[in-house]
Amino acid sequence: MRKIFLLLYLLLPFSALAQEDLMKLVSDSNEVFVRSATFKATRIINGHSVETVGKNNMDFIISHRFDRINRGFEEFFGLDAATNRLGLEYGINDRFMIGLGRSSFQKTFDYFAKYKLLRQTSGAVSTPLSVTLFGGYAIRTQKTAPQLSGSDRSSYTAQLLIARKFSEAFSLQLSPTLIHRNRADIFTDNKTVIATGIGGRMKLTKRTSLNGEYNYVLPNQIDDNYKNNLSFSFDLETGGHVFQLLFTNSFGMTERQFITETDGSWGSGDIHFGFNISRTFSFKKKSRLNP
Amino acid sequence: MKHYLILPAFILIFNFASAQNKLYSSNKTEFSFFSKAPLEDIEAKNTRANSIINLSNRELVVRIPVSQFQFKNKLMQQHFNENYMESEKYPYATFKGKINEDLDLSKAGVYSVSANGILNIHGVDQDRKLSGKLTVGEKSLLLETLFEVMLIDHRIEIPKLVFKKIAEKIEVKANISYSPYTK
Repeated sequence: MRKIFLLLYLLLPFSALAQEDLMKLVSDSNEVFVRSATFKATRIINGHSVETVGKNNMDFIISHRFDRINRGFEEFFGLDAATNRLGLEYGINDRFMIGLGRSSFQKTFDYFAKYKLLRQTSGAVSTPLSVTLFGGYAIRTQKTAPQLSGSDRSSYTAQLLIARKFSEAFSLQLSPTLIHRNRADIFTDNKTVIATGIGGRMKLTKRTSLNGEYNYVLPNQIDDNYKNNLSFSFDLETGGHVFQLLFTNSFGMTERQFITETDGSWGSGDIHFGFNISRTFSFKKKSRLNP
Repeated sequence: MKHYLILPAFILIFNFASAQNKLYSSNKTEFSFFSKAPLEDIEAKNTRANSIINLSNRELVVRIPVSQFQFKNKLMQQHFNENYMESEKYPYATFKGKINEDLDLSKAGVYSVSANGILNIHGVDQDRKLSGKLTVGEKSLLLETLFEVMLIDHRIEIPKLVFKKIAEKIEVKANISYSPYTK
């Protein structure tokens, strides 16, 4: 017994504080880590993701949807015809963003805002999910006969985007959706349609991922000729750009179009090839680092 | 047999107390890096690092939460964390070292110092000698340092398919001010 204490006594001066102990002392127990990049872009494919554009950053998004692949060789598998959407998105702060876009399909203008209600975090504060609110308005401006009033050409979308990044490589999102059309194209259709989207991202390498998205419209709301929207994409990022190469059964790119008015069927080969390219610009004044 | 315990206990307490007196912990830190790139310069700042210096044996440690580097361009920040630093896998960059010069740091003044130690970035240890300037004031220390990090040394890959060229060497600047450690 005595020997042990003597030994202890001898060792004491050296046990003062090793570097490892210092390392423990610098550990900050109040650290909170926000899980970043649940999805890479503000869209999963057609639908919005929980992501917003960063503060004072602007995203310019160019999207194309070519015609159906089953048009065959004469139409070069749909590549002879295309619709496009040009979009601009701006981050007011790191949680709130606004955006607008113009689609050639039905000459549609869309405006929207998104707010990150909850961010998935770990550390001192643990939040299991990211939740983002989405509100959008879209208006068709294509001339029709008879000409419809502006109100009749308008539609509204509200979404609750709920996502979790389960691991570095896998994220999943559920998107309960409410779409209101002041005037539906088929007059037996419900004006207000309830749907839910489910979308996921699977990282393949550090810079590529596979995404899938399905928008399920609850039954007995819209005509049977309309199909649910299903899309797959391959995402590739290169510095300031994100490229999404995709296949979808929808021509349109606004919520009303792809959720409630998709008429293509995957089974019959009504598949559109398309892409989204987003480019981020930052507008913050010259930083304080190098004044 | 109680008296066997008393002496070691006293020594332990005094030892620890005196070591504690000589501990300085960071109250304000700023790490930044800058890299010239053709389209948009890459720069970021981190104010969430922590550091402790033990003046009795001149050891110091620094711990930087990698994901707290703030970029102007948030997409760049995402790339930095996801693709280059893999900050979910390697959340901290650390330095564990010892100041080489045998200085009496209880005297106020400005000292040129260097420290040998292990720099860990991206989970890869590197033996480094970092140098800087240490300003000793009354109950305060200010450490300023500038050092370079070779990406290849820490197995940080630059992909072939990057439109923007990224420098293989990044210059890191750090300012750390310390005050006596209190728990």
